[in-house]
Amino acid sequence: MSIDTGVPAHAPAHASAPEESRQWTARMRHAAESAFPPDQLLPDRQPAYMASWIYVFGVLTVVSLAWVIITGCILAIMGPSWWHVSSTGHFVNSLHLWSVEAFFFFMVIHLWGKFFMAAWRGNRRLTWATGVISFLVSVGAAFTGYLSQQNFDSQWISTQAKDGINSTGAGSVFNVLNFGQMLMWHIVLLPIGIAIIAGLHVLLVRRHGIVPPFAVGDDDAAAVTPATTTAPAGEPA
Amino acid sequence: MFLPLLLGALINLNGSGRYIHWGFIQISVANFVVIILMIVVFVLAILLPFPRRKRDGQ
Repeated sequence: MSIDTGVPAHAPAHASAPEESRQWTARMRHAAESAFPPDQLLPDRQPAYMASWIYVFGVLTVVSLAWVIITGCILAIMGPSWWHVSSTGHFVNSLHLWSVEAFFFFMVIHLWGKFFMAAWRGNRRLTWATGVISFLVSVGAAFTGYLSQQNFDSQWISTQAKDGINSTGAGSVFNVLNFGQMLMWHIVLLPIGIAIIAGLHVLLVRRHGIVPPFAVGDDDAAAVTPATTTAPAGEPA
Repeated sequence: MFLPLLLGALINLNGSGRYIHWGFIQISVANFVVIILMIVVFVLAILLPFPRRKRDGQ
């Protein structure tokens, strides 16, 4: 028994390459594969010059951000009556605070290290820019987090900040005395922004490679791809 | 219970914060300590050798 599929018998099982390449899904796939080859996206070898402690602070920042998000999700699930009253809630609330402290601590050292090695060299301008923007957005997230504490500290910070923010004109859409609005910024909008920008930052690092030190790279600090690496990931050369 | 009591004895967190005044610069002691710690960790990260795994035959 045969089934009429409407496809001529001489037609190939799959669409021909030229037809496929015109589809937006195919074009997106080809662009993604070209920009981020799997061995470059998840490399198993890294440049020998990465055998330095100064290169660990980027991943420490990402790990701290993961803890911030995990503990923030737990706080969101359990609610204020839990984190204000129970000892376990206090513990998770403190974990959320201290992971933020670690996040900024490691991010600032990462920033210093990349600034002094001019990490924007070798067509890495967008990598640097996304790092700067994610830092600024993180400052906003931390600020709205302080405003969401529901204690005298948050009241003090909001009343101190309102005049400065209102003087810029932003107070009409960003009212620091509006607790509900600040909480929504803190748990919805700013985390989405940080996740997107930080994710783009990591992808760009994978795309262009880790910036070499001045002594190793040439004047232009050409992008170092995994093809030039010498040491397995996690094992310094 | 012992550790919080010990830390509470070392650092009084119940009073108002202490600030450093230096000309037009005003900064809390807590923030100053964090900045100093970051500088120390940054310098150590540059100076301390990264551990290297010995390879066979070396």
